[in-house]
Amino acid sequence: MPDVSMTVNGRAVRGTVEGRTLLVEYLREHLHLTGTHVGCDTTQCGACVVHVDGLAVKSCTMLALECKGSAVTTIEGLAPHGAPLHPMQVAFGEHHALQCGYCTSGMVMMAVDIARRLGEADEATIRDELKGNICRCTGYHNIVKAIVAGATAMAAERE
Amino acid sequence: MDSQTQNPDLHPPAAQGPSVGRPVRRLEDERLLRGGSRYVSDLIAASDALRVKMLRSPHAHARIVAVDATAARAMPGVVAVLTADDVAGVGDLPCDWQAPGMIAVPLQPVLVRDRARYVGEPIAAVAAESVHAAEDALAAIAVTYEVLLAVAEQEVAIEPGAAQLHDALPNNIGYRFRRAGGDVERALAEAEVVVRRRLTNNRVAPAPLEGRVVLSEFDPASGRLVHYTASQLPHVHARALGACLGLPLHKLRLVAPDIGGGFGAKLCFYAEDVICAFLSMRTGRPCAWSEGRGESFLATTHGRDHIQYAEIAARRDGRITGFRSRLLADLGAYAIGMGPGVPAINTGFAVSGPYNIPNVATEVVGIFTNRTPTGPYRGAGHPEATFLLERMVDELARELAMDPAEVRRVNFVSPSAMPHRMPTGWTLDSGDYATNLDAALKLASYRELRERQATLRAEGRFLGIGLATFSESSGVGPSIGMGSVGFRRAGHESARVVVHADGSATVFSGTMSTGQGHATSLAQIAADVLGLAPDEVEVVQGDTEAVPFGTGTFNSRSMAIGGTAVYEAARKLLDKARKIAAHKLQRRPADLTFEDGVFRPSDGLGVMAAAAHAGKKVEDKVVHAVFRRRMGMDLPPSDREAGTVTLTDVARDVHLGHDLPRGMAPGLDETAFFDPEDMPFAYGTHVAVVEVDPETGQVALLRHVVVDDCGRIINPLLVEGQVHGGAAQGVGQALMEAMVHGEGGEPMVGGFGEYAMPRAADLPSFETGHTEVPTKLNPLGAKGVGEGATIGATPAVVNAVLDALAPLGVTEVSMPMTPMHVWRAIERARDARGTKGGGDA
Amino acid sequence: MRDFDYHWASSLDEARRLGAEEGAAFLAGGQTLLRDLKHHRRTPTSLVKISGVLPREIDLRDGGITIGAGATHAEIAVSEVVRERLPALAGLAGHIGDPAVRHRATLGGAVVAHEVAGDYPPACLALGATVHTTDRDLAAAEFFAGPGRTALEPGEIVTAVTFPVPAKAAYVKFLNPAARYAMAGVFVALAADGRPRLAVAAARADGAFRWREAEAALAATFVGDALREVRMPLDGLAEDLFADAAYRGRLAEVLARRAVSLANGAAPGVAVFSHGSPLRVGVAR
Repeated sequence: MPDVSMTVNGRAVRGTVEGRTLLVEYLREHLHLTGTHVGCDTTQCGACVVHVDGLAVKSCTMLALECKGSAVTTIEGLAPHGAPLHPMQVAFGEHHALQCGYCTSGMVMMAVDIARRLGEADEATIRDELKGNICRCTGYHNIVKAIVAGATAMAAERE
Repeated sequence: MDSQTQNPDLHPPAAQGPSVGRPVRRLEDERLLRGGSRYVSDLIAASDALRVKMLRSPHAHARIVAVDATAARAMPGVVAVLTADDVAGVGDLPCDWQAPGMIAVPLQPVLVRDRARYVGEPIAAVAAESVHAAEDALAAIAVTYEVLLAVAEQEVAIEPGAAQLHDALPNNIGYRFRRAGGDVERALAEAEVVVRRRLTNNRVAPAPLEGRVVLSEFDPASGRLVHYTASQLPHVHARALGACLGLPLHKLRLVAPDIGGGFGAKLCFYAEDVICAFLSMRTGRPCAWSEGRGESFLATTHGRDHIQYAEIAARRDGRITGFRSRLLADLGAYAIGMGPGVPAINTGFAVSGPYNIPNVATEVVGIFTNRTPTGPYRGAGHPEATFLLERMVDELARELAMDPAEVRRVNFVSPSAMPHRMPTGWTLDSGDYATNLDAALKLASYRELRERQATLRAEGRFLGIGLATFSESSGVGPSIGMGSVGFRRAGHESARVVVHADGSATVFSGTMSTGQGHATSLAQIAADVLGLAPDEVEVVQGDTEAVPFGTGTFNSRSMAIGGTAVYEAARKLLDKARKIAAHKLQRRPADLTFEDGVFRPSDGLGVMAAAAHAGKKVEDKVVHAVFRRRMGMDLPPSDREAGTVTLTDVARDVHLGHDLPRGMAPGLDETAFFDPEDMPFAYGTHVAVVEVDPETGQVALLRHVVVDDCGRIINPLLVEGQVHGGAAQGVGQALMEAMVHGEGGEPMVGGFGEYAMPRAADLPSFETGHTEVPTKLNPLGAKGVGEGATIGATPAVVNAVLDALAPLGVTEVSMPMTPMHVWRAIERARDARGTKGGGDA
Repeated sequence: MRDFDYHWASSLDEARRLGAEEGAAFLAGGQTLLRDLKHHRRTPTSLVKISGVLPREIDLRDGGITIGAGATHAEIAVSEVVRERLPALAGLAGHIGDPAVRHRATLGGAVVAHEVAGDYPPACLALGATVHTTDRDLAAAEFFAGPGRTALEPGEIVTAVTFPVPAKAAYVKFLNPAARYAMAGVFVALAADGRPRLAVAAARADGAFRWREAEAALAATFVGDALREVRMPLDGLAEDLFADAAYRGRLAEVLARRAVSLANGAAPGVAVFSHGSPLRVGVAR
């Protein structure tokens, strides 16, 4: 079985996995980072979104082996244990942008990616950018508001 | 999180003062946002459970001639394989809502015994060391089928000569359920206008983002089973599991940890729960199963699926005099869970909606077909009733050339007529529908919209405005009522409230959140009674060991019933605390006020002053000594100063038990059950605004306005969220969602690649308002809100599209109104008008 | 999915060698391959990871933009070169799938997958693109050999695609509400030499094709109205829950007209229609 090695949430990890192990499986079952979720089998729902080398990707459609030498950030790494929440997480909480929470990790990671790429985008753009993230509970209304607020807070932090 | 607040409008969870009615940010969010959620799949990831995979019938209807699992059992990593013979002693899956007058109740077995009756029905199960090993073993199970003819649609299924699913049910008819009031025949005969239609309400999948998932752990040494499952009804399902397996309930603990959405899909008690528990009992190892997305479209109950015939009788002035309907409801292959009762009762009784229609008759025919069984899905029967009624009201408006808002208004039951007994037998408890409608029309700027529509029509553009007004029975209970309609489930809900020695509290509730935020809303209710901040109250749900009694969450009952139980338990507890405080202050309980967590004499007088006021003469030093003993401190210098006792003081002392009133037990721990006398009716108005592109059939949902009335609002933030999410699902059914089967019962949907889930770009921001007419049916004044927006959204959007296309002569677009369906309706209308030629209008 | 051996190629030559072996499959962005593996549509016994050795540069030279096969859709969408000289292609790339998929999926992978509803094939056909491989250069029409098939020999790797810069171009698609790829997609270009080319994706079951009748009509006059009488033959059109042949044909006709109108308008010349979303007012005629 091949070796796998990468950095996850700032920590170097190594292991031995079957080649067919998806990144999401590696994160959840080997590293016990269960904040990233699986909601579909067609790469559509976005519950599995994490960051690899600073970009949002769908961890259900990547092999763990493909992450050799890469830096992976999961929802747990956005605000490490004990650290204050990331401004996007704060925005989600303050705007009631989560109900059951199952899409939330992927949604937040995607939101951070959108804000990093596009800054303070308008609502129509945000809705387009969420094409790959399905939420069944919220109707997206509060998610969009949260992302607007979170992007503004992120921009303020950068200043 | 408070130090980072971005939204100043929120009521901080740590704030003192009343929080019910305030937008309190959710207590549970920090954990979920940090990735600290614990769904059952997370527990599985951390366990060494055997992984279970199900072998499912690939045929819609087939006799199982033989199942040979020999090869599978021998494969590497395989620990056990179950077929029907192995589970011969296991009970069938329960149907706890059998429509009154059901001819027979065909239950689904845990594994197919003689005939598979829908694609996806479980035939065998494999438990193996890994998912891959289990999948490989599935492929090695050899099943011999004798394929039979199948029926996949209601009207086909009831035709003489159609394939029969169950020997005891000729023509696949499970029941004919009738409700009537008044004389609808006469109303139809005497009407000035009669409109008749055949409509369809499409089959949809609830599709919560978390699929179904089970982890079952049997401990052979103790004979105890701990069963983790995503269940909206932990206590009901624990009983069902115990009954199926012959396991006594005191040896069974069912835990529903975090659940990723339910919407009714997780109300049914399914085979996979029994299978995992059975396998765990047999192997002595934990056994886990999780549903793949594609699998979910076969294996989890679907919703809706009616063919509806309706006749509406009216006067020329718009007053509806009669409404008759015949509803063909597809139950799928078996009677399971709430399936049969939903169309019969929730649709059958609800047919007249918020209108005062004196003559009503409906017949609901429950029909079995070779498809996945149907069950409750957000609204559960009410969307079907409301869709039918609201479409017919719009058809009537069109026929009479009246504004659809006016037709609704002249037919509403008026507030002064409440409570109003509908001809079908249910009673509308309270509501002001006209005010609600007016609020929605105002929010939508209805008049301006109609003007804009006219302007755009002149430019050859197609704007549509669609209305829907609805009422829905929420807060289900009472138990007696449920029993009378064949619903074998309790209508009461339990709550236990405990105040700990440090003054913080825990609420144990029999409800079960799947995202609705009970950890916050129930905390608010208890906190307000007890003078605590919401974040000083912890809510425990979903564990039959921690919460011994409960019914669960369905039919929008968690605040009305569950919240009332919390309220009552908290008040009982406060009464006891008051007695203790009175004892400490040497006053009568009735003399004390309780505000901001503090008991104080209402006359503001100290002990001695009060005593003097009462005309007693008491020696100073005696008073001082008594006071010191009672209060643990010296009498304040001013004998006029009132002593106070906080709830925390009481809590501390009540656990010590050193100085309690005679005969009083220690502890602050009260349980209450609430069983309502009747169901409160929530209601609302939806206004949808669309523009249709006739060249492609694309519908743009431009605006969606909702004014909802759920009685007393516990947390407006959460109510808004339910309205948004509910509306989105209603829009989804109207525009794009459909669980489609071929003629032979073969599913044409294998995942999100064929099942269209609404995305953010498909929806506008919702414009919401609320009216708040409380109900008298519970002390909170609360009705339900979880389902209303789904109920109202679907017909509003359908009516909007038809309104947009009226100038093109379109009179019907079936749901889902996909671009192709819309385009085809336009083409048909054009052909019917005799206009030829390609290209656009 | 079935297990496989995994090789991280360190050079194109090594990749070719490994990829030529029986049962081998190339892995670039993985967005189509891994999806196929999960659904058992393909069962390779070894994967050769080539992301590290594929060219990714985007260069303008000799009137054409050459894009390395390893460039992701996201990179192409934001490339200044592409946005400036071929904005319809940048827009096309920027609307494939979703942002997370675009961070991984590559031009090379998309071209090799040659999906019926893929967005690049009609662009390649309408622009007269050249596909460069480790072995040869192929005109796009030669490269696409049938649905899901290309002219590639075992071990042969696509290294880049050159898109001639047109005078005008536009891409229009209407999304399938479930799968959210094209239900019909049209790429139209007016080449530098004045000849119109129009290719349609997702309409025919056998993949993207150049619509010759439409091109003939546009040769007379390059306006959307020129296509009013041009009908899409219904034979061979793809059918699914959201579009039968009749609707799909009509959709292709409408989108073709809109694509031409867009090409005549201001950049970027890309429109994505999606049920529920706002209509693109101004493109309605």
